[in-house]
Amino acid sequence: MPTNDELQQQLIKDLLIESAEGLDRFDREMLSLEKGEGQPETLNVVFRAIHTIKGTAGCLGLSKVESVAHVGENLLDAVRSGKLSLTQEMIGTLLCYADALREILKCLESTGNEGDKDYSALLQKLQEHQVARTTEATTPEACPAKAETSASPTWGLFDDDPLPVLSPKPESSLPASPPTRTPTAAESGPEREPAMKGPSVSDSAIRVSVDQLDKLMNLVGELVLARNQIVQYSGLIQDNSLIAASQRLNIITTELQEGVMKTRMQPIGNVWTKFPRVVRDVAHELGKKVQLVMQGNETELDRTIIEAIKDPLTHIVRNAIDHGIEMPEARAVAGKPGEGTLLLRAFHEGGQVNIEIMDDGRGMHVAKLKEKAMQKLMITAEQASRMSDREALNLIFLPGFSTAEKITNVSGRGVGMDVVKTNIEKIGGSVDILSEPNSGTTIKIKIPLTLAIIPALVVTSGGERFAIPQVSLLELVRLESDQALKGIQMLSGSPVYRLRGQLLPLCYLNKELEIEAPASSAPQGQSTTAPSSRTSDAVNIVILQADGRQFGLVVDEINDTEEIVVKPLSKQLKGLTCFAGATIMGDGRVALILDVLGLAQHANVINEVRDRSMGDKSKSGSGNTNKQTLLLFDVGKGSRLAIPLSMVARLEEFPRDRIEHSGTHRVVQYRGLILPLIRVADYVTAHGVAEEESPDIIQVVVYSEEGRSVGLVVGSISDIVEEVVNVRRDARGQGILGSAVIQDRITDLLDVSAIIQAADPNFYSQKPALELVA
Amino acid sequence: MSHTKQFCTFFIDGHLFGVEVLKVQEVIRYQEMTRVPLASRTLQGLINLRGQIVTAIDLRRRLELPPRPTHQLPMNVVVRSEEGAVSLLVDEIGDVVEMDDDVYERPPETLRGVSRELVTGVYKLKERLLLILDTEKTVTLQAAPLKGA
Repeated sequence: MPTNDELQQQLIKDLLIESAEGLDRFDREMLSLEKGEGQPETLNVVFRAIHTIKGTAGCLGLSKVESVAHVGENLLDAVRSGKLSLTQEMIGTLLCYADALREILKCLESTGNEGDKDYSALLQKLQEHQVARTTEATTPEACPAKAETSASPTWGLFDDDPLPVLSPKPESSLPASPPTRTPTAAESGPEREPAMKGPSVSDSAIRVSVDQLDKLMNLVGELVLARNQIVQYSGLIQDNSLIAASQRLNIITTELQEGVMKTRMQPIGNVWTKFPRVVRDVAHELGKKVQLVMQGNETELDRTIIEAIKDPLTHIVRNAIDHGIEMPEARAVAGKPGEGTLLLRAFHEGGQVNIEIMDDGRGMHVAKLKEKAMQKLMITAEQASRMSDREALNLIFLPGFSTAEKITNVSGRGVGMDVVKTNIEKIGGSVDILSEPNSGTTIKIKIPLTLAIIPALVVTSGGERFAIPQVSLLELVRLESDQALKGIQMLSGSPVYRLRGQLLPLCYLNKELEIEAPASSAPQGQSTTAPSSRTSDAVNIVILQADGRQFGLVVDEINDTEEIVVKPLSKQLKGLTCFAGATIMGDGRVALILDVLGLAQHANVINEVRDRSMGDKSKSGSGNTNKQTLLLFDVGKGSRLAIPLSMVARLEEFPRDRIEHSGTHRVVQYRGLILPLIRVADYVTAHGVAEEESPDIIQVVVYSEEGRSVGLVVGSISDIVEEVVNVRRDARGQGILGSAVIQDRITDLLDVSAIIQAADPNFYSQKPALELVA
Repeated sequence: MSHTKQFCTFFIDGHLFGVEVLKVQEVIRYQEMTRVPLASRTLQGLINLRGQIVTAIDLRRRLELPPRPTHQLPMNVVVRSEEGAVSLLVDEIGDVVEMDDDVYERPPETLRGVSRELVTGVYKLKERLLLILDTEKTVTLQAAPLKGA
């Protein structure tokens, strides 16, 4: 038998759940009343919601909830019975009143008591609404049914119940009663009580705690694994009855899995219910008119995901109203209806849930975004000019970006959209944005249905298996031995692979994880096969995407894709950022799940994340513009360097014997001047090929700046090309700005100013270092 | 009558250790393990315990004792800790013994190093000593070293 205390706790919990639902319903109906769509029944619904809260709170001795609820109830009752008509102002107050109730209940939930915030001003206002109108109302008394029979006796559950049994009380006297504590227990007329409970869905539905569902989900996960093992095993043993049984098990397990997954699914409408209110409040605050349309309320999502998208969605909605939708006057000028439309749409597609938030506001101006980003030094002018419209729109997801001219209460602090993006990406989703100036903006979110069971690619490296979540996977590349030799090149010591003209940094899984398969560590037979597969010359590259950047992961073997059940790692392993969790494979062994982002950071393939991702994106969008003319040359065997031709004053050849010395510098006489020479090979680390004594004629690239010249000694000049250059800064090294694919070969771009600076610190003495365009 | 306590005992490198029997979930023979790259060597790997993934800690390494001969497969003593089950890898499993408080002593001063931290007390048996391990402390490893990360 539960003690009174436990029972009380349980009842309070129920009250909290019920009230939250009730208040949401209250908001919803209030808003429809505000729009003038209310039906006579609507008022009853609103009234009942409050009435239930008040009644239950009264029984549980929650005097504050009860007293606050009571005042509003009176007002609503007056409206409902036709004594008052609902005004806009009144609706506003009533919505605040619902918030006040929420606040008290929240306080009750977190601290166990009702808090001591004073709501008398609000209550005063509620009463004023009523008094102002009812004073002239002719009938001071409500319908006789309301002369109540107190419900208290049936609630005599608690010894400590502070509520006295009440006598009927005329409604009209209530406005005068002090707002602090109104000791009416359940002011329910007998005819209202049944209507409140009603023959609703509650008969066919029960409340189940989320913990319970989570536990079930875990068990099903384990069952799936056991099923996998049995199915595998039954394939080995040719026993017909075992095969039949395992097939049955297979089907049942799959259905069970789906069934349990469904129990955790909630319609997205559950999150959306609060948006009408949000939209109304924000629109009111800003003096805008917004109509909210919601489609696909019934689209279902896993509970955990619903939780995770709640805040990002709210943020987007607020943003859309604040930044997107214009003031009514501006809309009129643009030839649009004064009331803006915000459309929320959710639907399933390809095993994912799509959510679209569409407004018909002013849209975003690409040029404005770029300008803003440049102002904030997030991108350079050059990057901006190369950026496609779509990339420019994605600028809003950078941290610290905000285009709002003024910081309003609603948005514009620039802490929003990047958080939205990270939160959505955290659950394996993606955000995309489309915008048309003057016709509106659409934000598209794609999220997976569930997080507990995910599709993954299983790979082997160093004799161990690893699972890679499919969401990060872009493609698989297999290079046969000769291709591998040609395809993988070294750039300042780090391997890169050229994938359709793009440079892709590579990392080797076994090296990153330090699993060069020391033989002792693997007593199992399985891993002995691994070294052989690695020594076969083919290279398997898994191309992955993390935080908008791509990189290639070299593994020994690519096995299969599988649905895996994600299990968290124990605390001892939490520090390992390379792993996202573990799972149990069909053969019963444990495999680790790679955290692609963590791994990429560990391997240093995506260090300056944001910065480079901009460079990377600009590559794909650079299209036809921005061709550069480059001079290609080398400084010895195998090297290939380029500088923009615009930086070259002349190309000269000098016989070796004309080189003279001036101080520590090597110089030549050139057009009546002394031209200092700089051997490029001495400053470019990666190409430190010494070939001092070879040709009799030296090749010199003359570089001039403000009347001063310097000669860059190179090995040989190979070509002049005009090409679109996509510089990757990964390979940045001493004297190298970056690298690019030019004429299908990897070419380093020489950092001329850095080299000159290094050779002759005084060269730029009159002038700060140049910003060289690479 | 004096108090008694029950302990699950096991051998590690010839020493007799024990943990409170109530902390022990089960004892199982050697299981195939999945190594965790980059993790500390004390953390031997992950095992699949009926669908639950359990971290296995090599007690020899944890107690800084010489490594187990390669031919010898360890046993798993699965203990319940604050954050779920953890398996302790031991050489050989002993009996469950009931010990009397009379023969209990605080760890001797001569204990050095890690043992001093992990051993909460000693029971004097006829022929040898039973060292009692603090399971919580034993399964708490310092934050996994992040080599190069």
